[in-house]
Amino acid sequence: MSSDSSTLLNSRVPGGPIEQKWDSFKRDQKLVAPNSRRKYEVIVVGTGLAGAAAAASLAEMGYKVKVFCFQDSPRRAHSIAAQGGINAAKNYHNDGDSVWRLFVDTVKGGDFRAREANVYRLAQLSENIIDQCVAQGVPFAREYGGTLANRTFGGTQVSRTFYARGQTGQQLLIGAYQALMRQVAGGNATLYARREMLDLVTVDGVARGIVCRNLTTGKIESHAAHAVLLCTGGYGNVFYLSTNAKGCNVTAAWRAHKRGALFGNPCYTQIHPTCIPVTGDHQSKLTLMSESLRNDGRVWVPKQANDPRTPSQIPEGERDYYLERRYPAYGNMVPRDVASRAAKERCDAGYGVGSSKLSVYLDFSRAIKEQGEAAIRGKYGNLFHMYQKITDENPYQSPMRIYPAVHYTMGGLWVDYHLESTIPGMFVLGEANFSDHGANRLGASALMQGLADGYFIAPYTVSNHLASRKLPEVTDAHPRFREVAEEARMRLQRLLSIDGKRSVDSYHRELGQIMWNYCGMSRNAAGLNTAIGKITSLREDFWRNVNVPGVGENLNQSLELGGRVADFLEFGELMCRDALAREESAGGHFREEHQTADNEAKRDDEKFAHVAAWEYLGEGTQEKRHVEPLTFEFCPLQVRNYK
Amino acid sequence: MSHSTTGKTLNLKLRVWRQKDNASRGEFRDYALVGISTEMSFLEMLDILNEQLLQQGEEPVNFDHDCREGICGTCSLMINGQAHGPDNGTTTCQLHMRRFHDGQMITIEPWRAKAFPVIRDLVVDRSAFDRIIQAGGYVSVRTGQAPEANSVPISKNDQESALDAAVCIGCGACVASCKNASAMLFVAAKVSHLAQLPQGAPERAARVLGMVGQMDSEEFGNCTNTSECEAACPAGVSVTHIARLNREYAKALYGSPLGLKGELLTSSGTGGD
Ligand SMILES: Cc1cc2nc3c(=O)[nH]c(=O)nc-3n(C[C@H](O)[C@H](O)[C@H](O)COP(=O)(O)OP(=O)(O)OC[C@H]3O[C@@H](n4cnc5c(N)ncnc54)[C@H](O)[C@@H]3O)c2cc1C
Ligand code: SF4
Ligand code: FES
Repeated sequence: MSSDSSTLLNSRVPGGPIEQKWDSFKRDQKLVAPNSRRKYEVIVVGTGLAGAAAAASLAEMGYKVKVFCFQDSPRRAHSIAAQGGINAAKNYHNDGDSVWRLFVDTVKGGDFRAREANVYRLAQLSENIIDQCVAQGVPFAREYGGTLANRTFGGTQVSRTFYARGQTGQQLLIGAYQALMRQVAGGNATLYARREMLDLVTVDGVARGIVCRNLTTGKIESHAAHAVLLCTGGYGNVFYLSTNAKGCNVTAAWRAHKRGALFGNPCYTQIHPTCIPVTGDHQSKLTLMSESLRNDGRVWVPKQANDPRTPSQIPEGERDYYLERRYPAYGNMVPRDVASRAAKERCDAGYGVGSSKLSVYLDFSRAIKEQGEAAIRGKYGNLFHMYQKITDENPYQSPMRIYPAVHYTMGGLWVDYHLESTIPGMFVLGEANFSDHGANRLGASALMQGLADGYFIAPYTVSNHLASRKLPEVTDAHPRFREVAEEARMRLQRLLSIDGKRSVDSYHRELGQIMWNYCGMSRNAAGLNTAIGKITSLREDFWRNVNVPGVGENLNQSLELGGRVADFLEFGELMCRDALAREESAGGHFREEHQTADNEAKRDDEKFAHVAAWEYLGEGTQEKRHVEPLTFEFCPLQVRNYK
Repeated sequence: MSHSTTGKTLNLKLRVWRQKDNASRGEFRDYALVGISTEMSFLEMLDILNEQLLQQGEEPVNFDHDCREGICGTCSLMINGQAHGPDNGTTTCQLHMRRFHDGQMITIEPWRAKAFPVIRDLVVDRSAFDRIIQAGGYVSVRTGQAPEANSVPISKNDQESALDAAVCIGCGACVASCKNASAMLFVAAKVSHLAQLPQGAPERAARVLGMVGQMDSEEFGNCTNTSECEAACPAGVSVTHIARLNREYAKALYGSPLGLKGELLTSSGTGGD
């Protein structure tokens, strides 16, 4: 295993005090004059919070924006499913919040594996986000006096989370989508829905466009531009079962990776503690129950292992509120990685509940008694409704059963302070980049990051790229486009021609099982090596024996899935290699070999206070691991302690 | 073959709309499924069907879906003649097989509306909805131009009521369930959301005129006043928002909410029954 502290990884963080870094970037950046902007084309792939916000803002500035998504409408991007809320350091509760505290909470929550300067900027911009969204008509929850309401999320001791019932992501995305539709109407943005990006096109080492498939007609299309923004979301679906939408994929990021973009910390995945447990082998996805529920719900298991009684038969004294017991300072509000591991620990020890014994209770009885059912319905009505739909159990009457599930990916394409990848001209925003959450993301901060990247960072840094680089005229007639399009066509053709026995879905499920067993909530060297072997043979089998029916020249969902799973089969291996190389436990990455006596994660700051970024070196060659050292000048390294 | 770990299983007959592409004629085809767990979601049942079709050498059924948790608005099936199936307030993806009985025949069709042409099998083109939003369904505020969020207080009631409309997931069930294929509930949801907030006020008139104009040009039909849309709506958007749309429209046209007694949009043409 080789690791390099690499010159490839120049983070381009401006000097000076942390409070002034972003201002100093803006002071020094190059601008494009208003009249010249229409000469520049910008491609935005993805219409979640990051993509829709970036596309709307750049189009509004006067650039010609082309925006792509695989759904039939940009409004359906996976951000729509976010439930709980979005953080901002407004200190509306007068409870001691500040930009500084949000910064510190996020660095600490991420277990000191994020880049300080990026996190500080995120905390600074958080306030503008709320202003922007309210001005768009986002109906955030309010107090009776008409001001905005907040709630608390895990890993913090202040109330800074803004929300709209249990559908915050929906309301924020609709706000960004509407801003984007306004630009489409105005002619500065052009919408390409039902398009899947299949590859990135670089000319002289600079990103100059994409090749995509029109999912309705099957046609392979080429689009040229002066900058490409990937806002394509996370790769949690490598696990097959996750809380992500079914279409979430790694394809765009993986293809860009193979064209030279380094992939940062792929092993950092977040397992969310409160999801509806798996019921059977038919299951196609898992459903999140928002972390905000932990504000009013208490997590417990019976004190007696394999207790056969129903929850109501178990008296108070015989219940183990294990989060409150183990972490008195934060109680049910510990960060996600801590809560998930604690649930797994109880279930592994035989205290789990439900028919599978792989779940714990999330109990609202005290909150309902104290606040009344109507108040609880007002806060979480749609979540309770969803729970009942899926489980056929009424959570107002008996506790919910929950278990951890794959939810979010902190890893992603490596970006510098400009959010630019190692390929000049290609920027990566939102969940698709690796940047702000270190080894564990705090609740309600992905929405914040997506919107900060899209509304308030990319418009500046992309302008700087356009103004400061010489970008010769390139159109889609350039031979590189023909070559890359031909390669994409061949790949699809290959999938269609195998005509084997097994469905794409069955490979995806098997891959997911491997990832969950060996690269999930806890990992060890032997397991990871086993996983790499299993993935390699599964991938070989896939290319011999998969059955992708139909043709490429019309809507063909099997083909879409086939391409995505083929990429997951390559990417899963890189995740395991990254997990193997990181010989420490940090946040969501728990290596069994590295834990304290009371089973808490044990970091190794001497050896691993760095970002790992992987470089693709060609088919059949092992990827090269580069490192970006992380320094903690402003938020000094410390052991996380939620006790 | 059984796919269940717990609970009961069902044997089912499916009658599914198959259509190669927009230019081809479609037809129903019948399939039999055995051992379907009552704990499965409706779409998981279709996943099983597709696995079975693949093994038999027939192309799987294409259907739209993404979040599978009732919020993205992508799933869109007519199930036994009902948009999103028999349950109230439920999208197709949240419908579970416990709602069906052993031996039942289930007919599955795409949304049927002139403005939503079929692309393939059960997949339709709903881009008309995006074009309606483009015609005014937004607040014109530049990025970075916003005032401090708490500088404009909004009463909790107004905010809640605006959110009751803003919850629309853009699925199109209202259109599919309406015998005139009217998009009134969808348009009303957006107009009503923004009309109830101070931020939406300056563009109220232009918004409602623009959106209604676009709706008409997309060949959606007239409102029937039968509230079929409300019954089908998985997000619980109420027809009272249509009343607000009518008031907004009249006010925009005639400067008064009483312009044509609010009847302008509700019952032109065919009328309801
Ligand atoms: C159930 C759930 C609840 C959550 N709740 C919260 C919460 O309360 N608070 C919080 O802060 N975070 C929450 N998160 C996390 C948060 O929602 C996501 O991290 C965030 O929305 C990601 O936004 P994004 O813009 O980066 O990507 P996404 O919203 O995932 O959008 C990706 C876009 O890329 C497009 N795309 C992807 N691949 C391709 C391709 N190959 N070609 C073309 N287009 C492509 C898609 O069409 C889509 O438009 C939640 C996540 C889940 C799963
Ligand atoms: S109003 Fe209801 S039925 Fe119509 S599109 Fe919106 S959510 Fe769907
Ligand atoms: S698939 Fe998202 S609402 Fe049904």
